[in-house]
Amino acid sequence: MPATDPVPARGPGPGAPVPSPGPTPGDDVIHDIGFRHYDGERLGRGWVARSLLVETVRGIFGLGRPARSKAMPWSLIGILLVPPLIMALSILLTGAEELPTSYTQYPNALSIVVSLFVAGAAPYCVSRDLRHGVMPLYLSRPMMRTDYVLAKFAGLALSVFGVLALAQTLLLVGALLAKLSVGPQVVGWLGGLLVSAVLAVLLSALTLVVAAFTPRRGLGVAAIITILVVLSGVAEMLTAVARDRGLTTAAQYLPALDPFNLVDGIAVRLLGADSARAHDVPPGILGGLTFVLVTAAVVAGCLGLLIRRYRKVGVV
Amino acid sequence: MTRVPDPAAVPSVAVEGLTRTFGAVTALSDLTVAMPQGVVGLVGANGAGKSTLIKILLGLLPATSGRAQVLGLDCATDGLAIRRRVGYMPESDCLPPDVSATELVVHLARMSGLPTAVARERTADTLRHVGLYEERYRPIGGYSTGMKQRVKLAQALVHDPQLVLLDEPTNGLDPAGRDEMLALIQRISSDFSIAVVVTSHLLGELERIADHVVVIESGVLQRSTSTAEATGLSGVLLVEVTDRGPELVARLRAAGSQVATAGSADSFTVDLTDERVLDAVQGGAADLGVGLVRMQHRRHHLTEIFSDRTEGDRARH
Repeated sequence: MPATDPVPARGPGPGAPVPSPGPTPGDDVIHDIGFRHYDGERLGRGWVARSLLVETVRGIFGLGRPARSKAMPWSLIGILLVPPLIMALSILLTGAEELPTSYTQYPNALSIVVSLFVAGAAPYCVSRDLRHGVMPLYLSRPMMRTDYVLAKFAGLALSVFGVLALAQTLLLVGALLAKLSVGPQVVGWLGGLLVSAVLAVLLSALTLVVAAFTPRRGLGVAAIITILVVLSGVAEMLTAVARDRGLTTAAQYLPALDPFNLVDGIAVRLLGADSARAHDVPPGILGGLTFVLVTAAVVAGCLGLLIRRYRKVGVV
Repeated sequence: MTRVPDPAAVPSVAVEGLTRTFGAVTALSDLTVAMPQGVVGLVGANGAGKSTLIKILLGLLPATSGRAQVLGLDCATDGLAIRRRVGYMPESDCLPPDVSATELVVHLARMSGLPTAVARERTADTLRHVGLYEERYRPIGGYSTGMKQRVKLAQALVHDPQLVLLDEPTNGLDPAGRDEMLALIQRISSDFSIAVVVTSHLLGELERIADHVVVIESGVLQRSTSTAEATGLSGVLLVEVTDRGPELVARLRAAGSQVATAGSADSFTVDLTDERVLDAVQGGAADLGVGLVRMQHRRHHLTEIFSDRTEGDRARH
């Protein structure tokens, strides 16, 4: 072995220098030091899950992927970031006292863009690995199936939250540049972040389940958009019917079929925010708590379904 | 991770009374076999139970009954520890098309527990060892089958496992690609000192590289043999001369050798009973004044050894 080899080899590795095929043979030499063994540190499941999470986030934003994978997520992020700029400008010009759309209302006001972003990202997270048979490569590594599911879920939720938080932070910067009072703005911004976090977790859990059952990515995108649109439509319709018949309580709870209304209800009741939508919200802390419980149950149910879905993957 | 002091002492795979059923289908039936270090060929037709065995060995599938050990670790309880020390190359397509080989293998190296800097360094090394150079920066979607097989092999090797399980690595390759892949597998054992279990439905291609061959059929062990033992004992000498072949054959027969003639008059085979046969051939050719074109010790093919058994099986069906 040449002296350059820092690792002792177990086997009789090929130690001879191999002349490079470059333009000046003889000057440069590639030392083929054979296969090197690794006796260093091997990190545990925590690192493995973290690496998968990071890779998931990178994939969602198209990093390390061809340019066309970057087009969709970044154009949607661009759309989400334009309104804060316009709002900041408008306060500057009109001298208004508050933002036209509050921090908590913002994710709801742009629900279509948020839906499109999640609909693109969720299938990327799971359908790709199912469709191209990548799961055996993951399952043959030191991790459990649930690690995979939870890392993918956390990666998607973090990405959605990051995008929403970025838009809200831009809104805050605009508001502060327009010399709105700092205290209330920061409090509002923090409330907005909380709403974004809940929305990100809820939407990620729901859409991952849909994506995991539709291995074709295009189909997954379409299915998620359809389901979000249908949920919103059904919620509107049932609420209207309930209101017509004078069923006040039902009219307050039924909008929650739409995940965006559910999160909006939490913001209204627990943060005292103005509703982003023209719906009634169940009164008092009880209404807020009910919505929180429903959200938690939906997230838990979806994760349970996901873990069930992956129990048999790559085995039979 | 500390390496086992004497790896040769621990069989890479040992199973005992292993049975796995899927409903009414029995994939593995009371399988007991020990696979030594080196290259072990696991041979069986499609559906013989090879892939089921590999999934049990990786700790991904529980056995219905029986025990399985990999590198001395129990497959039923130590799945994580086994998967830290073992590399696996699946039979099926398993590569996402939109990332480069480098991007994918670095990611999978981290997924095996390597820190990022080590993962990058080892990925570059490993891809070079399997023969992927400039193309490793391009998306995998544009790769040929041979290149994809190399990426699959690289991801199984990148974390420096003690054992690799290769499921049908020559699938879909042309003859040249097949030879290259087999040579690469042999290097994994001889140069990299990593134990190999490689499956194939073709006994013929594994006998060239395997030190030990295990044959299973319908989940039942047919044979477990060391290749050297099976092919080394008996042998024949392939002889080819420039002229006067029949005369040389007559001389050898007179000296008591078993000679078989083939189509050509100047080439024949002699049973290699002892060293004196070599001298007799050499001396005979010198006496007759003819040139010796070839004297080749031909080992028996494994296929020949197994053929009577296989025919017997066919007769039973």
